[in-house]
Amino acid sequence: MRNLLMFIIRYYFVILFIFLESLSLILVVRNNNFQKARFVTYFQSTAGYIYNKIDILTEYLYLQKANQKLAAENTELKNILRRMYRSDEVFFYGEHDTVYRQHYFYTSARIINNSINKQHNFLTLNKGTVIGIKPEMAVISSDGIVGVVKGVSNRFATVISLLNTDLKISGKFKKNNYYGSLFWDGMDYRKVLFREIPYHVDISLGDTVITSGFSTIFPGGILIGTVCDYEVKGGNFYEITVELTTDFKNLDYVSVVSNLQRQEQLELEQSFDND
Amino acid sequence: MINFLYRNIGRFIVLVLIQVLILDNIQFSGYVNPFMYVLFILLLPFETPNWLIILLGFVLGLTIDLFSNTIGMHAFATVFMAFLRPHVLKIIKPHDGYEPGTFPRIYYFGLTWFLRYSIILVFSHHLFLFYIEIFRFTDFFSTLIRVILSVLFSMVIIVLSQYFIFRK
Repeated sequence: MRNLLMFIIRYYFVILFIFLESLSLILVVRNNNFQKARFVTYFQSTAGYIYNKIDILTEYLYLQKANQKLAAENTELKNILRRMYRSDEVFFYGEHDTVYRQHYFYTSARIINNSINKQHNFLTLNKGTVIGIKPEMAVISSDGIVGVVKGVSNRFATVISLLNTDLKISGKFKKNNYYGSLFWDGMDYRKVLFREIPYHVDISLGDTVITSGFSTIFPGGILIGTVCDYEVKGGNFYEITVELTTDFKNLDYVSVVSNLQRQEQLELEQSFDND
Repeated sequence: MINFLYRNIGRFIVLVLIQVLILDNIQFSGYVNPFMYVLFILLLPFETPNWLIILLGFVLGLTIDLFSNTIGMHAFATVFMAFLRPHVLKIIKPHDGYEPGTFPRIYYFGLTWFLRYSIILVFSHHLFLFYIEIFRFTDFFSTLIRVILSVLFSMVIIVLSQYFIFRK
């Protein structure tokens, strides 16, 4: 306290000066409209600038949460898509109490490991049996197909990428439904080969190739890619190069598709094979 | 002593009236605006305590503000000038110091000394006044030209008044 008094006595002139100058400045700002407006504008724009910076920062921090939310929302929306329900109306005995029954079930997952530079490429997902993922489920992204689930643990799942020379999937042309099989030749990670299309089929560059829905794994109508090159090889069949719509280099969030009636379909089909 | 006080009060009133009634109505091409009232601070005796100078500066500035409807602006500039006065006096002190019984005027210390003394203070006053009036730095140089021209004009009036009105 004594030191404070000594300080005030010693520097009373400067303190008085600062006091009177502040008083004058307050009077200026309070009583003159022009200065008042400029003063307020200046402080508001400064505060706005700071708030803006903080907002950008927090937005970045919540980006992960926002991504997860969007992926969950996408999953939910896909689950209520009409396309994912199968009409049971055509059953010859009319014992149905619902018009539509869900055929495919989607769940979202994140890719935590990925490769494109080997001949047998695999992906790893961050979800496993706890969520209900089983082998032989389809994995698709918003751009197109990705692969098929191969092995699962409690919390992880490995996926055979489409970029694996062992995987063959069934595809068809969107415009005329001719189907064939697709596989990767181990060369370019953006292109796969499409075979078994007969010579007489009319195809042109840019035609869309989609999944056929014949396998019990992929739902029909999922985008695969577009025709970027074709030639006749070995007599009666085309060898078509399809450019993938999925970019395997920047995959992040994917959907795992479970076919709810797969078991039933397989049992029925196998019962004929056994005969 | 009483006489001395009355003379200062009288000078205060006269300078405020000159400023408000005459000089505030003079404006050359919107650029030049002389402020003679700061002469009151310049002419205060050497013995005046620092706190009194700065307080008088505030009162003087506020009085001018009341008349010209610019509350606070002249007070701001005059307080700053009053704050500088003791420091300026110390810097330009003559060899044998300020003798008792003398005043900061041409009559006692000569024209050169008075010009150095007053130009620094008048310039600091005008600088603060014009910039607080414009309240931004975007027109920095045009404001600076206004400051310099007004300082020249104010100085002419202040020096002439030393020969005709406030001789002693």
